[in-house]
Amino acid sequence: MVACMHLWAQQPQYSRLDSILQLDVVYVTSRYNHKEVIPSQTLSGELLEKLNAHSVADALRYFSGIQLKDYGGVGGIKTVNIRSMGTNHLGISYDGIELGNAQNGQIDLGQFSLDNVEEITLFNGQKSALLQPASDFGHAGAIYIRTRAPRFDEGKDYNMRFKAKYGSSDLLRLSTLWEQRLTPRVSSSLSVEAMTASGKYKFRYMRKNQDGSVAYDTTAIRQNGDIWAVRAEGNLHGMLDDGFWKFKVYTYHSERGIPGAIVNNVWRRGERQSDHNYFTQGRWQQQFGNLTTQAVAKYAYYHTHYVNRDTTQLMVDNTYRQQELYFSTSNVYDLLSWWSASLCYDFKWNRLDSDMRQFVEPQRYSNYLSLATAVNTERFKMQGSVLMTAVKDHTRKAASPKSIVEYTPAVFANVYPLESGDLSIRAYAKKSFRMPTFNDLYYTEIGNALLKPESALQYNIGMSYDHQWRKGPFRFLHVQTDIYYNSVHDKIIAYPKGQQFRWTMLNLGKVHIMGIDVEAELTTELMPDLLLTGRVQYTYQDARDVTDPTSSYYRDQIPYIPLHSGSAIINMQYKDWDLNYSFIYSGERYNQPANIKYNYMQPWYTSDVSLAYKFQVSGLKCRVMLEVNNLFSQDYDVIVNYPMPKRNYGITLDMKI
Amino acid sequence: MKRKLIIYIAVLAAIIGCRTDETINYAEETETGVPGSPTVQAELAGMYVLNEGNMGSNKCTLDYLDFCSGIYTRNMYAMVNPGVPMELGDVGNDIQIYGSQLWMVINCSNKVEVCQASDAKRIGLVDIPNCRYVTFDGGYAYVSSYVGPVTIDPNARKGRVYKVDTLTLTVVDTVTVGYQPEEMAVVDGKLYVANSGGYRVPNYDHTVSVIDLETFEEERTIDVAINLHRCRADQYGNLWVTSRGDGYDEPARLYCLSREGDGPMNVTSVFDISISDLCIVGDSLYYIGSSFNYITMENELSMGILDIRKYELVTGTVFDSPKIEEIKMPYGIIVNPIDRDFYLMDAMDYVTPGKLLHFKADGTFDFEVRTGDIPGHAAFLWK
Repeated sequence: MVACMHLWAQQPQYSRLDSILQLDVVYVTSRYNHKEVIPSQTLSGELLEKLNAHSVADALRYFSGIQLKDYGGVGGIKTVNIRSMGTNHLGISYDGIELGNAQNGQIDLGQFSLDNVEEITLFNGQKSALLQPASDFGHAGAIYIRTRAPRFDEGKDYNMRFKAKYGSSDLLRLSTLWEQRLTPRVSSSLSVEAMTASGKYKFRYMRKNQDGSVAYDTTAIRQNGDIWAVRAEGNLHGMLDDGFWKFKVYTYHSERGIPGAIVNNVWRRGERQSDHNYFTQGRWQQQFGNLTTQAVAKYAYYHTHYVNRDTTQLMVDNTYRQQELYFSTSNVYDLLSWWSASLCYDFKWNRLDSDMRQFVEPQRYSNYLSLATAVNTERFKMQGSVLMTAVKDHTRKAASPKSIVEYTPAVFANVYPLESGDLSIRAYAKKSFRMPTFNDLYYTEIGNALLKPESALQYNIGMSYDHQWRKGPFRFLHVQTDIYYNSVHDKIIAYPKGQQFRWTMLNLGKVHIMGIDVEAELTTELMPDLLLTGRVQYTYQDARDVTDPTSSYYRDQIPYIPLHSGSAIINMQYKDWDLNYSFIYSGERYNQPANIKYNYMQPWYTSDVSLAYKFQVSGLKCRVMLEVNNLFSQDYDVIVNYPMPKRNYGITLDMKI
Repeated sequence: MKRKLIIYIAVLAAIIGCRTDETINYAEETETGVPGSPTVQAELAGMYVLNEGNMGSNKCTLDYLDFCSGIYTRNMYAMVNPGVPMELGDVGNDIQIYGSQLWMVINCSNKVEVCQASDAKRIGLVDIPNCRYVTFDGGYAYVSSYVGPVTIDPNARKGRVYKVDTLTLTVVDTVTVGYQPEEMAVVDGKLYVANSGGYRVPNYDHTVSVIDLETFEEERTIDVAINLHRCRADQYGNLWVTSRGDGYDEPARLYCLSREGDGPMNVTSVFDISISDLCIVGDSLYYIGSSFNYITMENELSMGILDIRKYELVTGTVFDSPKIEEIKMPYGIIVNPIDRDFYLMDAMDYVTPGKLLHFKADGTFDFEVRTGDIPGHAAFLWK
């Protein structure tokens, strides 16, 4: 806890309504020295609860530098792209261990409900810590999702929570959490959630003629977007002397319709997908004198069944089975009080089986070895790392692709020029790459086994300023900004091709990205009991296709990357009442490589409002929240021809014992 | 703070823009500067070009080249027919003019669009699922469709040909043919249908279905080659049918089917040419091709003229223009029957606007103009 206080004083993480309360939340087991060099963007605790976000994907819209691809509705696929480098460059960790999808590299974040999530953290570059799996040194950006760890009030051995939500599209979501202290040092938690929705919502396409008269105005109901899903998650947490261990079992089952693109004369499609996902993971961390070690193991099995019953199209009935086995060992040695070094090794095995015709059933063996060192002083922090990745695929075909070995270095530095430590100036440079996915390489008809890995170079310089006031109306201020330049080489871009599960593979080649991220947050207490928090975020991204000077789209902005995007959250808390307004803006963009008017997409912006009230009924802590999303009922597409819902509503009841 | 935020948002919105009314896609005009020759202008008013658009993008568009003014108009459908929701549709697969009617087969919009040939104003539409190509005979349109009757085994679902009355625009009959039928041609009262079996990879279909137009029943099938695609009749009553091969072991080929006397139509000649599109004018069969070779992972381009009486390739310099080498993805060809000048359609990389290139009869490059996405089909509008 001492280390934690130190951390807090040195490097205040922001987005806190109550900085004191924060101490309970911060997860402190590693030493100060092993913490990341460059701070991150975080959404956590109460603020996360106040956003009218259904899933992790919705919450990520409030981070700068992130673009969300949203196919609309409760069950629509939602993936994120970091700093225009593409979804596959982003690593997503769930309670410290990476989520994998060797099949298409895209994690549908719509599947991860926020229900049991306590904190979402975004790191640009990589999480610049020492004690982490080797593969964590390899991402171009990383999102860490942390679920709630059991905490008990004095003299209490259990916690119970029940939550119910009803909303538009016939959405019903029920969830429960049970935390139990088993022994003084071991506790368990069980979280179960079930949801169902018809996925029906009204959408409207209205187009005008040049003279302003209405050309057509069609309102229809989104069909075949129904979903049911069940998620269950069991955790065991154990404390050791100078260490801890954790064990998790996770399962997710769902069956959903894939609504598909709305095109002329086609308003309904018949594609369906069911998922049965299981994973189990364990983590153990222990300190032996100057050595801290962490061991991680995971096994995952994903079963996806995809059916197209649309009688007008190719009938499809395919099953995909993915397996992943993962081991990691991370070791940090403190050479001096201010100097540490780490050596980490990961092994990963992936396999994809399918009953598709001519499927090659690829297997992938990946080995990661990282070497890193970090310097931590009061005013200066620095980390350097190099990761070696060796990947070898095997397929049923006689000739398997050659093995790939890549070395990716990274350097991070952070200085605190002020005595108070409020101001920090940081910079990093990093090389990373991503392997082509199994779909990119081996998908029947579409895959291209000769695809090269896609690499990214990043240069980032930025600053952050944090200040806390003990007195006065202002409580907490955080401002941060980063300027960056990325270049992506041999970029592989996927376009939806009729069916969502199928893509046209394009080797777009080369992209240059110049970007600016700005974030600011202010918490004020204007009068007693009235807390007002504002958070704004703005992203500028100039992402140019520089593949071929002879092409018609040379130096055009790449598809689906707006030049300007941003968000704002205003939260007002008065006694037991809580009012939240959030605004999201996405500027104009193009849906295909050529920046011509036929590919132009208008900006969109939505306003979401929620009002919550807390009360107690005989020891039961209750909270009721009413929400209105897309308040002004804007008709917009994030992905062309995938209409988003108009104004929609929800009510949530949350009870805790 | 709140006020600051509101100001900030307002400023942000002012700088970077709000939404405006969404409009339909307006037509765009480009001056090619080259009208048709006087002999062409005497007979032809212009040429329609149908751009397929990538699947799911709903970007099928109709362009028009006016031979009188030399003006190329991109995307004219929405402005002529502003009331049609979501415009022309998804993946335009065929365009033909029959009398005063312009027929467009919009594959993934499951419809055949029928317009006035003179101005592309909608007359009506015929709902035909997964429709592919159209051909005409005696006041009826015949539309091939991948979708046949529902069977127990969904993988063994045959395709169909729909018979549509061109006056009432109603389906009057259907006949089940082979798997995933593509182009059709009429010779001596019989409809010949090239079956691909493209959904059944690697068990392609390899037959041409023969439909008697009197009874509208499948009479027999002719064994040709796997994965058939084009099917055109020439002035001598012969059929020219292309096979796309499988990209691995079976190469793409061109087949000539003919009848000996009153005997049945059968394969009489085979040519080792990979063809994407062809156009027969008089005794010349112009072809262009690109076939993806899975072993070399490259597109192989081929172009040429076949003399359909001598059954041999015409040697010459018609396809020698350096402009032809710049073509990335040859996707369509149409030859002007009057002057024998010809147009090539370049689909580029399928996700960016294509090009229409015009060459004189001797192969001299004349002009090029930007089209919509994936131009592949064109039809002349006669005066």
